Amino acid sequence: MSPRPGFVLEVDRSTPPTLYWHGERFRMERLPEGSRVIYAPEPLDPLGDPSAAIRHALRHPLGDKDPLPALLHPGMKLTIAFDDISLPLPPMERPDIRQLVIEQVLDMAADAGVDDVELIVALALHRRMTEPELRHALGDRIYDAFAPNGLLTQHDAEDPDALVHLGLTDQGEDVEINKRAAESDLLVYVNINLVAMDGGHKSVATGLASYKSLRHHHNPQTMQRSRSFMDQHKSELHSANWRMGKLIADSGVNVFQIETNLNNDAFPPAFNFLQKREWEWGVKDRLAYLGASKVLDRTPAKYARQVFHSVKAPHRMTSVQAGEVEAVHAVTTDNVWKQQGVVVEGQTDILSMGLPYISPYNVNSILNPILVACLGLGYFFNMYRGKPLVREGGVVIMSHPTPWEFSPVHHPSYIDFFEQVLSETTDPIEIANGFEESFATDPWYIHLYRTGHAYHGVHPFYMWYWCAHALQHLGAVIIVGGDPAAVHRLGFRVASTMADALEMANDIVGTSPTLTHIHTPPIFMSDVQ
Amino acid sequence: MKALVFERNLPRFAASRVASVFGSGRGAGIGPLQLLDALPPEAPDSDWFHLRPLLSGICGSDLATLDGRSSRYFEDIVSFPFVPGHEVVGVLDGGGVDYSGTVMAPGTRAIIEPVLGCAPRHIVPPCPQCGSGHYGLCGNLALGVISPGLQTGFCADTGGGWSAAGLVAHRSQLHAVPDGFSDEDAVIVEPTACAVHAALSGDIQPGDSVAVIGAGTLGLTTIAALHHLIRPATSCTVLAGAKHPHQRRVAEAMGADTVVPPDQLARAVRRQAGSLVLAGRLTGGADVVFDCVGSSESLSQALAMVRPRGRVVVVGMPAKVSVDLAPLWHRELTLVGAYAYGTESTTGPGGEPRRTFELAIDLVTQAGLGSLVSAAYPLDRYEEALVHAGAAGRRGAVKVVFDLRNRKGHNR
Repeated sequence: MSPRPGFVLEVDRSTPPTLYWHGERFRMERLPEGSRVIYAPEPLDPLGDPSAAIRHALRHPLGDKDPLPALLHPGMKLTIAFDDISLPLPPMERPDIRQLVIEQVLDMAADAGVDDVELIVALALHRRMTEPELRHALGDRIYDAFAPNGLLTQHDAEDPDALVHLGLTDQGEDVEINKRAAESDLLVYVNINLVAMDGGHKSVATGLASYKSLRHHHNPQTMQRSRSFMDQHKSELHSANWRMGKLIADSGVNVFQIETNLNNDAFPPAFNFLQKREWEWGVKDRLAYLGASKVLDRTPAKYARQVFHSVKAPHRMTSVQAGEVEAVHAVTTDNVWKQQGVVVEGQTDILSMGLPYISPYNVNSILNPILVACLGLGYFFNMYRGKPLVREGGVVIMSHPTPWEFSPVHHPSYIDFFEQVLSETTDPIEIANGFEESFATDPWYIHLYRTGHAYHGVHPFYMWYWCAHALQHLGAVIIVGGDPAAVHRLGFRVASTMADALEMANDIVGTSPTLTHIHTPPIFMSDVQ
Repeated sequence: MKALVFERNLPRFAASRVASVFGSGRGAGIGPLQLLDALPPEAPDSDWFHLRPLLSGICGSDLATLDGRSSRYFEDIVSFPFVPGHEVVGVLDGGGVDYSGTVMAPGTRAIIEPVLGCAPRHIVPPCPQCGSGHYGLCGNLALGVISPGLQTGFCADTGGGWSAAGLVAHRSQLHAVPDGFSDEDAVIVEPTACAVHAALSGDIQPGDSVAVIGAGTLGLTTIAALHHLIRPATSCTVLAGAKHPHQRRVAEAMGADTVVPPDQLARAVRRQAGSLVLAGRLTGGADVVFDCVGSSESLSQALAMVRPRGRVVVVGMPAKVSVDLAPLWHRELTLVGAYAYGTESTTGPGGEPRRTFELAIDLVTQAGLGSLVSAAYPLDRYEEALVHAGAAGRRGAVKVVFDLRNRKGHNR
């Protein structure tokens, strides 16, 4: 039976309560009659033989690109860059897709007699990955062959000796990227596409760039002009990356892009109920839900977090394509839509969403309040094509405990951003003008980014900029079950129950509002007609 | 007439100390402080004048004494029984002469500068400190014509502000209340003088960053002193740690550039200084830190957030504290105390050095510090008043005073 497409349910009297993520817990909410609940398409069938598919893609590239074996020769300098820990979510079961692809590339390089090969984690300004995380992504064989010899490095956007300035785009944007990658005879980029935003020229132009380069598109103005940044053709973020990608290519950097699509099978069988439509829950699903809920309700959040972060996703690869960046990315984007696209008729007054424990920036860490905002308003709000799911002036209701809690190891600058910046203003433009540079150049954050496992000092700003379009668009944001102090610091409202939240929303959107709920997991993209 | 009298009574002292575990000031009813009938103290000679208090503040040092938390260091420079109250504005019913020799008519309101140095003690020649205008550092606090006592309010002979019977003050202690000053403005002058002295002790240089720990009366007046007296010449940046929301609001109103909860102050200082962190301490840090609390925790915090060769000014009265001094040694820090007041190096229009009290009176006007008086109680509600003062921050107050104007008291 082929996977069912996405579905928009209209809630009626017989509809069972709807499942909401609530951080490390779940909530069941009975939504008002007439509300809509959007369910993602079911997972697409995976490739039967991923390794064969990868080999085929490398030998039959798309666009104006020779097959990979033809690009490899003795004496050349080969660099393989790959996406970091932020993808996929949750981290996938072994073998990770990066391992499968890179093994094939390395085999071809070995066959061609290429000796000078280095691997680079395309971190941009994300935190450095730990050894266990790298072993998980690459497999022990690759890790042991490269890491001990210094041939597996993590991009350092603050090492002036490891960066090269390639020039300015026609819009005056600096393009400064990893020197080793830029000066290689061939740069192979290994991408995982979980959301439509990823991949394309963004892989190299962002993943291997410096702050000097990133600041041209990671800013509130760009985000406000990206409608949305999940829709490449209406995304100023992507336009800037495409300009930079063109300059990178014109500078002679030979990029061989490999992009992969995953299906949306995000949780193992024990959590099947998460991805099922509630009225289709069987006895096993009900028991699994009840068991999980009871245990989680009695488990301190800290331990529940550990349990969830140990979960590995059974994602499977549905396609792989390689070759010239734009040709590859066009196919990848189509495939993302095949897996994630749901057609939705019209906008809504209130958009509700349950936020999980994880986002791209807190794998093995805490979803702090800034990341809560970013996950809801940066990601889920922007998962649309056409127009936002919620109308201008509408309300977003998010469900998450939003504790005033941060990882000092991973998010040190987030703490100061939350304490010192958001206490002054929540306006993204004021924040950018008043505070960004001092955080970006703070030597302590730079030290922790370069030597520890901390996100760059400027990273919380980017998370807040991610929210800029939503903040500009919405009439109010309400967090159900959030810590009042933390929620108020974000500039949002807090409600103790969904009923209270709906009543509060009535003050903004009137007494008979329409409500649409994004049912996750898995994630999906709304094509709003 | 009634007065609150502090007697040397060890069982009551012990009871008060135990009660203070449940909150500062909680031992008022069972401790060594009692509301008794009292006569006005006798003036030792014609240089002393009788003052009838109008308002008298409750200071952190009063509470520490009442709670049995103050250092035994003070034992020999206090005489019992004494009437507390050294933050006093009162009326000279019989007139008097002020510190400058100006005659004050009967009915004149006056503030007392409570330090009992060589002049009130009629010690001639004065000790070197008094001789150079640093009365607070007087070496003769247990000698002379009056009993030991570092200040009015700790001396058996002078009386104190917590008394309807009044007190006696030496002419060198008296300052006329300026026209236009409310009683609230006047009663806040004494703690403001402490803050002014502290701010001037900071040796703050142009461009310095300054951190203030604590946002009670001393912390807030220190911020005001930094803003009005130091910042114009130095453009210093002032960061403050304040526990309670109203304290944060007032700290901002007093001129602090950044106000954060106390546990966030080190991070705010780190950000401001662009410092790194090593073993929980900043590698850089604030140029000057004012500790307006005086506890083990606040001193440790101060030492952890000041830059190498920086200066920590202890403003809040400490007792016996436990502090790791390794950073002081290793980072060559300067730890200085700032007690009371005297004569400052700041000069007046004629080039003469100014007394701290004169500067404080100006600052009270400039910064509107009388507004810090949050609650006033009659003497007979002293237990309530002391509990309120002990929990001032938590209860949204700053300065709690006794109102001896035959009013029932008020809460702002």
